[in-house]
Amino acid sequence: MQYLLMIYRSEAELFKMNDAERQKMAAEYGTFTQSIIQSGHFKAGDGLQPSTTATTVRVREGKVLTTDGPFAETREQLGGYYLVDAKDLDAAIAIAARIPGAREGSIEVRPIMIYSPEMVQARSGRS
Amino acid sequence: MMTSAEIEKIFRDEVGRALATLIRLVGDFDLAEDALQEAFAAALERWPATEVPANPRAWLVNVARNRAIDRIRRQISFRGKQAALTHDVLLNAESSQDESDAALDDDMLRLIFTCCHPSFAAEVQVALTLRTVCGLSTAQVARAFLVSEEAMGQRLVRAKQKIRLAGIPYEVPERDALSLRLRGVLAVIYLVFTEGYVATSGEALMRPDLAREAIRLSRLLDALMPGRREVKGLLALMLLHDARRSGRQTEGGDIVLLEEQDRSLWDRLQIDEGLKLVEEALLLPGRPEAYAVQAAIAALHAQSPNFGDTDWKQIAGLYEVLLRISPSPVIELNHAAAVSMVDGPARALDLVDALHARGGLEGYELLPAVRADLLRRLGRLEAAREAYLAATAATQLEPLRRLYARRLAEIADAGRSPA
Repeated sequence: MQYLLMIYRSEAELFKMNDAERQKMAAEYGTFTQSIIQSGHFKAGDGLQPSTTATTVRVREGKVLTTDGPFAETREQLGGYYLVDAKDLDAAIAIAARIPGAREGSIEVRPIMIYSPEMVQARSGRS
Repeated sequence: MMTSAEIEKIFRDEVGRALATLIRLVGDFDLAEDALQEAFAAALERWPATEVPANPRAWLVNVARNRAIDRIRRQISFRGKQAALTHDVLLNAESSQDESDAALDDDMLRLIFTCCHPSFAAEVQVALTLRTVCGLSTAQVARAFLVSEEAMGQRLVRAKQKIRLAGIPYEVPERDALSLRLRGVLAVIYLVFTEGYVATSGEALMRPDLAREAIRLSRLLDALMPGRREVKGLLALMLLHDARRSGRQTEGGDIVLLEEQDRSLWDRLQIDEGLKLVEEALLLPGRPEAYAVQAAIAALHAQSPNFGDTDWKQIAGLYEVLLRISPSPVIELNHAAAVSMVDGPARALDLVDALHARGGLEGYELLPAVRADLLRRLGRLEAAREAYLAATAATQLEPLRRLYARRLAEIADAGRSPA
């Protein structure tokens, strides 16, 4: 199965870090990413620019509306993700627990939806 | 000849294990449940007319498996044989006719660990366990949670959906995760028990059916995973608490406190079984284990001829052990109550007030009740009155409200008569 591991953490805390701390974190992420590439779990992964760079888009009555910032103001912000292949939820949880950001922030583990043939047909029929 | 009541009893006893094996064979909770329901209907129809099979569970599993295979076949032809995954399930379901007892035990453990997976909220774990492992109906589980059958039905559907969609494994955890996961399972069983021992709300103080389910579950777990102190400790704890059931309330449903209980009403056989288990749990090697220590406290109560002669000193000491190995505000409160019997209520009140000041028991309804009792014993009647009023406001359980009303009446009487 595939799981999206979404890394949430406090940007306020992140901004307080000094250069040495940032380098240490980058090195930890590097080591972790290498380890899940080697174990064959890694499918994709990226870090995101801070939520202050976000734009939220909605279409209402045909008009495109944009707002400055993320969809929801929360204590922790989405800061990056990994897409991984894992045998089951326990394996995905074990990988998530090794993400450096899990120690200060939190990781949301979400299974990727699998479209069954009927669902694909139903969807294409509707559009 | 068998009556349908007898058949239902067999079904009730076997449903958990039968379902556990079926889920492994067909790979899907819902399919397994539906197929087992069909097998049960077939049993109700056939068994009264013929001999009951020598191994009813094997019969049920076999019939249910065939029903499930039929369904999967129909789905495959409906989909035009695309679903390779479904095909794998079919192969799995059709293989291995004979199962060893050990394999079937593993199935039951798989089911228990899956229902108590830490990715479910605690109340979902409890609901799933009661429904699937204990075989309670959705209506019965709904009653245990005081929610509508429809709401509970939805909660269970969502949970089973999560098992499938999130890939919760149908497995007993690996060795290094086992202790932690087992602790989660025991916490679920204990939650079922405590709700049965003192209900959160409603008319009745106790719900013996839930307490019995919890005991049945931990007996099963003790048989499946022998020699584990935490399992024996929890089973002993529950047996010893439950043994006092008949003494804990009047026929009218009023609470009888430990100090007033008629100890001849306690279930001696169950106490003996509990005492033997405590001993076993304490003799197994390792550091002190929280359930076993709590069971040792219950054992001291159970062995004491009356309230006054209880070994309070040792009980207070055991609570101190508990505070070291698994500290919690509730244990602190219990410790304070034991201290009140050793060093007097004044010292206990200091402990309780210190706990209160730290805000450790925010919203814990028994805090004002314990304070009220200590204040009453200290003769500080006005403060006790206020605390009983706070305790009354904090509980939703009618028998507790009546107990506090009784205390308030006593205080009012004492206030009237010249001291």
